[in-house]
Formats: sequence, C-alpha cells, structure tokens
Amino acid sequence: MPDTPVSEMSFETAMAELETVVGQLERGDVALEDSIKLYERGAELKKRCESKLKDAEEKVAAITLDGSGQATGTTPVDGQ
Amino acid sequence: MSDLIDDPSEGQNQPEFSVTEISGAIKRVIEGEFGHVRIKGEIGRVSRPRSGHIYLDLKDDKSVINGVIWKGVAARLATQPEEGMEVVATGRVTTFGGQSKYQLVIEDIKPAGMGALMAMLEKRKLLLQSEGLFAAERKQPLPFLPDVIGVVTSPSGAVIRDILHRLRERFPRKVLIWPVAVQGAKCAPEVVRAIEGFNAMTSGGALPRPDLIIVARGGGSIEDLWGFNEESVARAAAQSAIPLISAVGHETDTTLIDFTSDKRAPTPTAAAELAVPVRLDLLAHIDGQGGRMTRAMTNAVQVRDQRLRDLARALPRLETLLDGPRQRLDTWGDRLPAALIRSVQVHRVQLSERSGSLRPSVLRNRLEMDRRRVDIATRLAPGLARAIAAKREALGRRADRLNLAPLRADIARKSVALDGVSRRFSAAGLRQVNDWKSRIEAMDRLRETLGYKATLSRGYAVMRGDGAVVTDTKSAGKAAVLEVEFADGRLTLGATSNPKPTPAKSAKKPAKPDDPSSQGSLF
Repeated sequence: MPDTPVSEMSFETAMAELETVVGQLERGDVALEDSIKLYERGAELKKRCESKLKDAEEKVAAITLDGSGQATGTTPVDGQ
Repeated sequence: MSDLIDDPSEGQNQPEFSVTEISGAIKRVIEGEFGHVRIKGEIGRVSRPRSGHIYLDLKDDKSVINGVIWKGVAARLATQPEEGMEVVATGRVTTFGGQSKYQLVIEDIKPAGMGALMAMLEKRKLLLQSEGLFAAERKQPLPFLPDVIGVVTSPSGAVIRDILHRLRERFPRKVLIWPVAVQGAKCAPEVVRAIEGFNAMTSGGALPRPDLIIVARGGGSIEDLWGFNEESVARAAAQSAIPLISAVGHETDTTLIDFTSDKRAPTPTAAAELAVPVRLDLLAHIDGQGGRMTRAMTNAVQVRDQRLRDLARALPRLETLLDGPRQRLDTWGDRLPAALIRSVQVHRVQLSERSGSLRPSVLRNRLEMDRRRVDIATRLAPGLARAIAAKREALGRRADRLNLAPLRADIARKSVALDGVSRRFSAAGLRQVNDWKSRIEAMDRLRETLGYKATLSRGYAVMRGDGAVVTDTKSAGKAAVLEVEFADGRLTLGATSNPKPTPAKSAKKPAKPDDPSSQGSLF
C-alpha cells in the first residue's frame, strides 16, 4: 500500500486505490482476514473521496495588474 | 519667314517653379489623386522604432513603396504586419518633399485573402513542428481534479461566463481570471505575460498557483483570432509547466496555440468540461464503488459460509471414523492371549535350555575350590606369628653376643696406665719448676746486687732529663725538666715550687720518662 496517509491523498489517488481495492475484493482471492482489512481501507478511501467531492467551493477572482502588466492581487468576481 | 516668326528658345515662355513650389504641386496632385487607395502587396522589411510607429515596405515583383503606420493606428490593427505577409493596405499616398520621396500612410492593413494568411500560418507551424513543440510526448496530462483553475481571457464577455457556468454545473472550483485583450496588437503580449505569470506563481505564494490553465476566446474572424496564431503565444503555451487547455474560437477554428497546448478544447465551454469531472457522477461512482465493495465483502463471507457448510457436510460421522480402528483393536485384542502364551512358551524353552547345565556336582566342585582358598587364608596368621618369633630369636642371639665386660676391663687397664704416666709427668714437671724457681731466685739475687737500685739506698741518686739518664752537666743544662730518683721515689725538679714526688717504680722495670700529661701540668 502506498505510504501516503489516506487523509492526505488527492482525490484521484484515493479513487484509483479504491477501485483497486474493490477489484481485489470482487476477485475474491484474498484471504478473509486480509479482505476485512481491505474493506476497512476501502471504506477509508471512500470517505476521503466523498469529503473531497463535498469540498466543492466556487471562488472566482480576477487578477489585478499593475501598469507593466504584472499581477498585484485579486478582486472577487461575481460569476453569475 | 523666320523674321516673322518669333523664334524664342524652347521653354522660354513657360513659368518657372521653385523646388518647393513643384514639391508642393506634386504633393497636391498625388494626395488629391491618391487620397484613398487600397494596395495589395507583400510586406517587405518591417521596422518598429521606439516611437511606436511602424515603418514597412510594400512590394511586388517589380516595385516597392514605403509605408508607415502611425502609432495610434498600429495599436488598433487586427493584423500586425509581418515580413512576407500578403496584405491589402488601405491608406493615402503622401509625399515627403524634403527627401523627394513618397510613401503610403496606412490606415488599415488586412491579409490579402485567407490563402495568404493560411500560408503564413503554415510556415510558422512548420517551424514550430520542426522544433518538436507539437510532439505528443510534450503534452502534459491534465489533472483529474484541479483545485485552482487559471483562466486567461477577457474579463468581460460571454466566454468567461460560459466557463464559470459550466464549471459550477460540473464541479465548483477556485478560478483565477487573468484579464487580457483577446484581439488586437496587445492580445499576443498580454496572453504571453498571463501564461508566464501563472507559471511564476508558487504554490505557497500570495496568489494560489493554478493546477490548470485555460486560454480562451470566443469565436471571431480569422483576423480577430490572429493573436493566438502568434509564435510567442504558441511558444508560451508550449513552455507552460502548468497543464494548459486552449479554447479559441469555435469548433472549426484552429489556431497555432491549439497545436502547442496540452489539450485543445473546441469551445470555452468544452474547456470547462475537460478541466473538471462531474461531481455528481463522481459521487455516484464512489457510491457505486462502496456498494461493490460491500457486495464483494458480503459475497466473500457467503461463499466461505457456503463452503464451510459443504465441507461440514462432507465431514464423515465420528462413528464411521472409529469403525476401522475399532476393528483393528478387536483383531489385535483377539490375538493378544495367544501371543502371550506363545511368548511364555518361548521363554520357557530358553529357561530349560539354560538350566540343563545347572547340576549339584558343578556347584559342589565350585564350593570345594572356594573352601580350599579359605583354608589357605586361615593358615596365614600363625605363619606370620611364627616368622616373627624366629626373627626375634635371631635378634636375641645377636644381642647376647654384644657384652660390656671386655670393654670395661680394657678401660680399667688403660686408665691404670694413664695414671702412672700422669703421675710421672707431674713429678717431672714439679721438679723442673722448682729447679727453674731456684735458678730465678739466684739470678734475681745476683741482679739485685749488680743493679743501681742497691746503690740508691746508699745515698746515690739517678738524674734524668727529658726521660734520658743525665750523666754530665751539659746534658742537664739542656734538659727542660730534671728528675731525681731516690731509693724511695722520684722527685721532679724545675718550674714548679711544689714538686710532686712520683712513687718509686718496680726495681725490675727500666726507668721511663713521664707521660706528657704530667709534664704539661708542671708548667
């Protein structure tokens, strides 16, 4: 298993591993005890994915530029 | 005839122009005649001095005309002049009297038809392709779910609205808009700066560094989109370390940036779709994964449960397991008594074989032998006693012969002889001593009569000086101390008023000088 803790995984990594876990469980060639561990791991990964999906915040800002065209900051933009 | 006819020199009658006058006249004619012209030609050398004006040559295969685009016009141009570009320039011809020159003041410049523009684009494409900037290996994969999306586009207009709208539908994200001009001369440099600016951000910096850049512009004429065909824009997109989606114009429009971007989206909306997955789809997918996992787990347990049952069923009954061993036990149990009996028989035979040779006579012989050995042992003690007695007797005999009597007789005899000898020796010695004594006495008597001592009692005295006998006055004068010996002692004469008489010495002893200590005391 990768070294990255699940809580720090990117959505993509967590989802990829979740799919692997599901695949392994579905093949059914894992010892029962290992499959319980796998299931727990999968549940953890699923939670991570869901939390990343819930973390869907829209925030739009436009870069403000100085006279020479360099970025100086941002101003919020109403995205509607 | 010639008299009648004035024969002035040729041209004499024409008015004369000054240079300035003629220059002015030419200017009027030319500007009047060519106040608004459209000229088709190929752009030759282009120079852009710091003033902001653009100077260029317009040429065809035979002729060339100088052209100028004033600064204000240059900024408005949709198509920036480039060497080799086939264009139609609109403007007026003017003269420059100071240098006897004429030039075209260009008000607008447009590519001379699609073919020309496309030919130029092809040229750029070939150049960039030869550098490998279009290679598929160069393309970076887009992040699956970017946290921050940088959008390079016009801040106003439908494009950014479309993108934000589609992002919100799919998966709301953080969006940073970098405002740029999307057409005109400023378009290319601003887009380049925006791409470089996003790349220059650091993930921990004041502004969040985007995980993805979208360069977008709505549809327009090929001239409108031309900024995205600029080489600088295409190169900036190729060099972006952040994955970049290009979305310029409509589906049918293809610009140079589309070849160097990591992904080309046909429209800005499509760019938003490429940028993020649909959140609800993902939720459903994750849910599906969870469901599959649970089912798989349940299934795994069920399968095992089923197998357990099957195996349990296949397990034979305990009774049947025991049948075989039990039968074996019976068989062997049956055979046990017979085997025991047989074993006893075998042993009995062995016993009788061994006991056959065990008879009383053998034992008796053995006993007899042992007894004889015991007899010999009993005779050992008296033998020893007898041996000791014999030895003692022999010792006694020897000791008897050791008698003291002869030794004693010998001693007595020898002591009598010794007595005789010693008696004789003693008498002889005594005689000898007496003899020597009388002789000494006679000698002494003689010595007394001969010695000076006898004379002392008759009034003589012996004078000594410094220990030696003084016989004359001369020696007496030299002596420091004089000593007079009388019959009853000695008297020292000299320095002291109280001379101390020294007791007389034995007559036998020769006179001696006084020891130095007594002498010293006299002084």
